[in-house]
Parts: sequence; C-alpha cells; structure tokens
Amino acid sequence: MVPIAYYLILAAVLFCIGIGSFLIKRNIITIFMSIELMLNAVNLTFVAFAHQWKLVHGQIFVFFVMVVAAAEAAVGLAIIIAIFRARQTLNVDQINLMKN
Amino acid sequence: MQLVLFLIFAVLCVAGALNLLFQRHPINSALSLVVVMMSLAVIYWTLGAEFLAAAQVIVYAGAVMVLFVFVVMLLNAGEEERTTGSRAAYIAGIPGVAAILALLTYIFMHERAALGDATLGGSLNHTTSNITEISRVLFTELLLPFEVTSILILVAILGAVVLARKEQ
Repeated sequence: MVPIAYYLILAAVLFCIGIGSFLIKRNIITIFMSIELMLNAVNLTFVAFAHQWKLVHGQIFVFFVMVVAAAEAAVGLAIIIAIFRARQTLNVDQINLMKN
Repeated sequence: MQLVLFLIFAVLCVAGALNLLFQRHPINSALSLVVVMMSLAVIYWTLGAEFLAAAQVIVYAGAVMVLFVFVVMLLNAGEEERTTGSRAAYIAGIPGVAAILALLTYIFMHERAALGDATLGGSLNHTTSNITEISRVLFTELLLPFEVTSILILVAILGAVVLARKEQ
C-alpha cells in the first residue's frame, strides 16, 4: 500500500525539475527534453488519479498526451534542424532574431 | 513491499531527472531521460496501467528518445557553452519553482488520507483486463478524438518533412 499522495509528490518533483532545467539549460535540444520531462510528470498525475477514481478515462487521456507528444517531438525536432541550418548554432542565447 | 518498489523507482526517476539537469552534453541528458521514462513505466504498472506502461516504453523510451538521439547525432551537438543565462530566470524562476514544489508537497501531504492508497495489481477493474477496458472506452465513447489524433499525426509527419527538407 502506497499513498496516492506519494505518487503525486513524485510527479510534482519531476515537474519542478523539468521547469528548472527548462530555465537553466541553454541547449535547445535539452530544453526540448525538459518539456518532455514535464509532460511525463503530468502523465503520472493522470495515472495516479485514474487509479484513485477507478476509471480508465485518465489513462486514455495519458494515451492522447503520448500521441500528441510524439507529434510535437517530430515537428519540434524538424524545427530545431531548420534553425541549425539557418544559424549554425544550438545555443538559445544566439537565436535572438526577434529580440528587441 | 510495494512501498519499497515505489521508492526504488522513484529515487531512480528523480536521480535521472537531476542528471538531465546537471549533465552538459545533450546525449547524456537524453540517456538519463530514458532512465526516467523506463522508471515511470514501472510506476505506471504498479498503478494498474499495464497498457500505458507498455506504451511508455514503446512510444517514449523507444520512438521519441531515438528521435532525440538521432537529432543530437545528426547536428553533432557538443557540450553546451556555459553562459550566464537570463537573470530573470534565476531571480524569479528558481524561487518560484521552489515555492510551487513546497506548496504542492504541503497540499498532498495534508490531504494524504483523503487521497487514499494504491494497491498493486489489476486494481482498476477486477473483472476485465486493463487493455479491454481502455479499448472499450476508446473505441466507443472517444472514437472521434481517436480519429482526429490520426489526422494530427498525419499533419505532423507532413510538417516535419517540409520543415526538415533542404532548401532548393
């Protein structure tokens, strides 16, 4: 028997690490990975609540999140490749065309 | 017993996430994210979500992370340069993250009794299997969203091909 609260706290910890690395990291690929980490943390919350309510709808929502995340990863990585072709860098500090 | 299983994989999960944060090379970050996703698959399984545990391994740890590793290798990404970064991120972001974490932890621990316990096994439904139940709901109640996601995937594939294509 594990309290559901522990699963939710684990999800909160993972989500906060995701936000932290999103803010700190400077490599655009790693920033994209921290978004995936945050999505995973939210998925864990959905599964925990699906277990609590004894309904599969939460698990189906996670399934949809996974599908959308896969599509997002494909498009996002294509955008990263396009940016790298144009700017020859992956550092977000140097991708500042729209700044000011 | 389940608590020990949970703690082992929770610690592995958090350690992988912290490793993602502290590693400088993107390929090391990608591999530690695989560790996080595999541990999350085990945790899903302990919550009675067998289908999602399998989908997590196949879709996330398999497909998405392979895509990430491919891009890291394709762009020959080296170690990230250490820059000072945005000052607003350090001043407002990190204390904000800590505040969110403290608040969420306090609320969850306070409402621990009301949230209840998780028991190992097919606890979601004792008469049918997890996959039977998911597919029944998915293909009856949620058929339209399911079909819409297939169009979304198709559009995403086309978008990825158009964006990544070399300019003529």
